[in-house]
Amino acid sequence: MVKRTLAEKLSILSDAAKYDASCASSGGERRDARDGKGLGSTGGSGICHAYAPDGRCISLLKILMTNFCIYDCAYCINRASSRVERARFSVEEVVHLTVEFYRRNYIEGLFLSSGIIRSPDDTMADMVRIARRLREVEGFRGYIHLKTIPSASPELIDEAGRWADRLSINVEMPTERALADLAPEKSAQGIRRAMADVRSRREASREGQSFRGKRPAKFAPAGQSTQVIVGADGSDDRTILTQSAGLYASYGLSRVYYSAFSPIPDPARALPLKAPPLVREHRLYQADWLLRFYGFEVGEIGGRSGMLDLDVDPKTAWALEHRERFPVDVNGASRESLLRVPGFGTKTVGRILAARRRGAVRYEHLAAMGAVMKHARAFVTAPGWSPRGMLDEDNLRARFAPKPEQLALF
Amino acid sequence: MRQVVLPLVGTVAAWRQEARALAAARVPPEEVLWSVGAASGDLFAQGGGDGTGALPRTPGYLKADESPVQVSKRALESIEAALCHSDPERFARAYRLVLRLSAGDVAWGDRSDGDVRIVLAQAKAVARDVHKMHAFVRFREVEGAGARRAFAAWFEPWHPCLERGAPFFARRFGDMDWAIATPDVTARFVDGRLRYEETREEMRPPADATEDLWRTYYASIFNPARVMVKAMCAEMPKKYWKNLPEAELIPGLVRDAEARVRGMAETAPAEGPMPRAERVRETTRALLAETAPRDALDRLAREIRGCARCGICAAATAPVPGEGPAPAELMIVGEQPGDREDLAARPFVGPAGQVLDRAAEVAGLDREAVYVTNAVKGFKYAPRGKRRIHQRPDAGEVERCRWWLDLERELVQPKVIVAMGATAAVGLTGSDAGLLKRRGRVERAEDGTPVLLTVHPAYLLRLPDAARAEAETEAFHRDLAQAARMLD
Repeated sequence: MVKRTLAEKLSILSDAAKYDASCASSGGERRDARDGKGLGSTGGSGICHAYAPDGRCISLLKILMTNFCIYDCAYCINRASSRVERARFSVEEVVHLTVEFYRRNYIEGLFLSSGIIRSPDDTMADMVRIARRLREVEGFRGYIHLKTIPSASPELIDEAGRWADRLSINVEMPTERALADLAPEKSAQGIRRAMADVRSRREASREGQSFRGKRPAKFAPAGQSTQVIVGADGSDDRTILTQSAGLYASYGLSRVYYSAFSPIPDPARALPLKAPPLVREHRLYQADWLLRFYGFEVGEIGGRSGMLDLDVDPKTAWALEHRERFPVDVNGASRESLLRVPGFGTKTVGRILAARRRGAVRYEHLAAMGAVMKHARAFVTAPGWSPRGMLDEDNLRARFAPKPEQLALF
Repeated sequence: MRQVVLPLVGTVAAWRQEARALAAARVPPEEVLWSVGAASGDLFAQGGGDGTGALPRTPGYLKADESPVQVSKRALESIEAALCHSDPERFARAYRLVLRLSAGDVAWGDRSDGDVRIVLAQAKAVARDVHKMHAFVRFREVEGAGARRAFAAWFEPWHPCLERGAPFFARRFGDMDWAIATPDVTARFVDGRLRYEETREEMRPPADATEDLWRTYYASIFNPARVMVKAMCAEMPKKYWKNLPEAELIPGLVRDAEARVRGMAETAPAEGPMPRAERVRETTRALLAETAPRDALDRLAREIRGCARCGICAAATAPVPGEGPAPAELMIVGEQPGDREDLAARPFVGPAGQVLDRAAEVAGLDREAVYVTNAVKGFKYAPRGKRRIHQRPDAGEVERCRWWLDLERELVQPKVIVAMGATAAVGLTGSDAGLLKRRGRVERAEDGTPVLLTVHPAYLLRLPDAARAEAETEAFHRDLAQAARMLD
């Protein structure tokens, strides 16, 4: 095989990594290099160092260690039967790229994933070696995210969690059936087992309660996340969100990422020909937020069809379906009801509740508190405002939905 | 009019000093003319920045005999952030606001007040600009003087906020020397010390070989199938592009994206067999193949783990088979695995398991010699945020899972079975009559094995009344002791 240059490998192995949506570099331990003996800092909010024209942020050096893979997952560009160019980084090369990029302030750290070569254990061992080398030899204190391989041995996962800030394992598909169809070598149960294991290890590493009762985990301090591919199988949005709710509850995940299945070079025949609309991915994220921060339950979103409305956001869609619950009195309503008002975010609700203690909140104050009044107007009453008949209007939905467009002709 | 000229380096600290002196001298805000760098030419201005000159009237809101100004820490933090905004009015506004806050004319955080609102908005704009500085400074390696590697960057922030932003780089890049030059001020970090000076000339460091690798990365990580230029520009505004080495690639990437996607769509999926892929698949299958089961019990456990007879286990991690020797004289059956058991893939390792362990010890049972399992093998729960709330399996689920319980019983061949809780009672005896009336009684399983009925240890944990819980626990211990006697 031809020997590739570092630039060629980087090109192949970052191209192969771009279908992973995760980019977070936040949370976890606070570290810095003020002592002058190391490189890097973490903690607080992450930083997006650049944005690509696809609108996604670049905060980590997101690469595959290798895109050779013995698995044959239909949705994946690196599957065994794909004809993409293959390459493999050495441990030194990954370490070099990470450190040199980091020193130039291009990145927050490394997100290392890999195709599976030889065996799950061999692959995981190489990835762990890279992380250990960065920490121990280079004194690297930046962010490391390792994608773990479900069937790797517990000792390797244990070491991975010691060096990395975050571990992730992708559930890939919304149902066990879909995974069995599209990724014959993967096991949904194996993936869940691995996530359960990470949660148990994180909890064990907190042992010995601190005074405030909140001791940060030493094992994967920034938690674990996962990704599910949307639109490669026929699952509806409710199925996807049901799975997410289960995953958040079961494994204490920091995030579930939704990745609209994207056309790849040399696609497998098992895949649908058309990619799902990107807005579907966006609506899923919105719904995910409603589940986690707004007190919604899966059954409440997605309406009767089980699919999220692409034209209006899920909260507005819910409000339009439940007009009898509105208008909400800004000065009298509970936190729970305020959180259900379209255009009110968690921060706005917090500010309203705080301001209510000082006196009545007037309509004209709401915008200054961060509310999006264009959305909220029809659903609230406050001194200085009443939506009157707006709520009963038949065309209320049209105020939120985008203007109709002529359909594409082909 | 008094004119106060603040220095370019250390502007905020100088303002604080001046403002304190002015407040002490009771100078009303409308009589101060602030500027930074060079003095602006107001013909009527008088006096220097030292607080001297004719003392004006004391404003009504400043009471005598008090420390000149008192402002909360949170307010000052935002006010000082807003001082790094490019608005020329910021110093005057900050001074005015400090006096008003101090006099109690306005409450901090009251967004209906014009000054507060503007200061908060400007503090936010500065915070964003600082954040963008942390994101978009691009270092290039330059020749260093000592043993440490040296890097330099030219950066043009929107607001004069270098001094707010630079300490971050000192924390992050502690083991190298670096300099960040902006049009006004330059930050230098040499041997662990951070210093600021006025920028004398625009100095962009020469290009660095690693930049090409970075551009390679930027171009490759971009997904042409989802072009969203607006989203990119919202977060990486064009005004920053001129100092970003990767930005020169953007027009070309956007231009070619459509053609690349069309190219992908036109490439038909591979036809016919791929010998290499077939071979790889074969090897993988062999690699992932399970080892042969050790014995009949191991085989049954594997079958249970693969069960999909109902929907419970797809939402939980996996079915949890029983644990213990086979054959065993005693078999203990609970309801279903809980959160802990589901995570650990073993029965009775959670809080209820500990109650059971304790009871077994009191009853003189050898826990290792007992086969423990559950009537239902999967954890049925309802998700509540980051927790799982236990839900009772319904009759149909118990019935379907009985298949496994019966198979386990056939292999374990127990002399006595202990059924803990109503679910286990139904699964073993088929009767769902009230459990509390039957507890302590011995009934028969279908094959005639004696089944001793008792409560589930989780029930003991849920009892709110301490005295009652103690009494019930003792009764539970007695039930297990009875089971132990039945073995003799």
